Amino acid sequence: MDELSIREPGLKKGGGEEILSVRNLYKSFGENKVLNDFNLTLYAGENVVVLGKSGSGKSVLIKCIIGLLKPDQGAIKVLGKNILELDREELDKVRAKVGFLFQSNALYDSMTVRENLEFPLRRHWIRVSHQKVDELVKDALEDVGLVHTINMMPSELSGGMRKRIALARTLILKPEIILYDEPTTGLDPITGKGIIELMVEIQKKYHSSSIIISHDMNCVKTASDRVVMLIDGKCYAEGTYEELINMTDPKIKEFFE
Amino acid sequence: MVLPAKTVQFLRETGDVARFTGRFFSQWLRPRYEISEFVRQCFIIGYKSLPLIGLTGFIMGLVLTMQLRPSLVEYGVESQLPAMVGIAIVREIGPVITALIFAGKIGSSIGAELGSMKVTEQIDAMEVSGTNPFKYLVITRVLAATLMLPVLVMLGDAISLYGSYMGVNIRGITSFRLFWTQVFDNLDFSDVLPAFIKSFFFGFAVGIIGTFKGYHSSKGTEGVGRSANSAVVVSSILIFIIDLIAVQITDLLGFN
Repeated sequence: MDELSIREPGLKKGGGEEILSVRNLYKSFGENKVLNDFNLTLYAGENVVVLGKSGSGKSVLIKCIIGLLKPDQGAIKVLGKNILELDREELDKVRAKVGFLFQSNALYDSMTVRENLEFPLRRHWIRVSHQKVDELVKDALEDVGLVHTINMMPSELSGGMRKRIALARTLILKPEIILYDEPTTGLDPITGKGIIELMVEIQKKYHSSSIIISHDMNCVKTASDRVVMLIDGKCYAEGTYEELINMTDPKIKEFFE
Repeated sequence: MVLPAKTVQFLRETGDVARFTGRFFSQWLRPRYEISEFVRQCFIIGYKSLPLIGLTGFIMGLVLTMQLRPSLVEYGVESQLPAMVGIAIVREIGPVITALIFAGKIGSSIGAELGSMKVTEQIDAMEVSGTNPFKYLVITRVLAATLMLPVLVMLGDAISLYGSYMGVNIRGITSFRLFWTQVFDNLDFSDVLPAFIKSFFFGFAVGIIGTFKGYHSSKGTEGVGRSANSAVVVSSILIFIIDLIAVQITDLLGFN
């Protein structure tokens, strides 16, 4: 077996500060064991892509990390806090520091773009002035290049624009970690490429770390510092894109062919 | 003993509604207060329902009066028509019919709105951004429904009685003043108060069932449809159950 796949999963050679860790995570739906002793570690400033087939439990993994799903067993530590032991208020405080980009964007369709962006801001930064809110909204929209859409409704935007607005809404709270759920799915290759480039730019600007769930090879190649292969509910292998592409294991190889 | 699956499901859902209601009471007084959303919901739930409630109330008052008249004529107590219709509308028909129409209009719209927010992950998006969607979506709507229905009932009663005045005048001549004097002379505080109080409960039932069904909508468009539909069905049944309990209580207290 390849050297990289026998290395204990979830440990990075050398590595910086650990800001998120998933240990021995189990989650099943009825008889279907989706996550089966899964491990993952995210270090400050890096982009980790979790690669796996559709239905392999990638989305379940990040939903467990953010506390939308409760795992059957295991430990999840985000920014030093054990997510599974927090009460509602403490969990909300952690969630404010973790951005989550939904596959479906999940923009609030009864609100304008401005209201979408203000929604989390006004509820977390209570003492912030109107002027400051305006400034922050404009900054976030500038980051994604869509200032002119500020008063539009989500239904008036194209798919790529919606993805960018969803990203702006995630960015407005200046998150330390961003979780992306298949950011390029449903977009044409050119728009998808634009979103990937934006993600890389944002990471550089905000010094955030990301977990990116994807099966888009273009995304893996451009955005990843490290790739984790989620196969059979486990961290099957991990390494850089170049390391994985040269592996001989057939289960890994089929992704890169 | 093994209970039938449907019974288990019913009991489980009843428990879930009770827990949901408990969550409402544990959170409604705690900040943050979503005042602007509450006011917006009052406008949508209250003001925008008024034309429908007014129209149905008017027709109901008119029809009821016209149908009661022959029976009263038979006994020679035609002059008691305003009094009888007044009591019937204020005590029972006004609150119950208004609440049922309210359940149809508001229960379904809350169920569908929250249901589609659930299936398009908008509620999850609020959750993961660390804002409490329960306060923004549930508490505002339940409170608005609870407070707006009694107002609509009062307005509906007044419009209904006006319809009745028109109905009285189709076959005879009664002055506006005489009609209202007859209605109010025969109405007691004990007729108005229980009806007013129970409409708060009707409004609360419509609000809590609508939000519960929407909030727990299952995936897919079918789930949204089912949420809207069952919000109306369950809240309508609850309105009758509350009405039944209310009449027992007012009877015990000697208001009947």
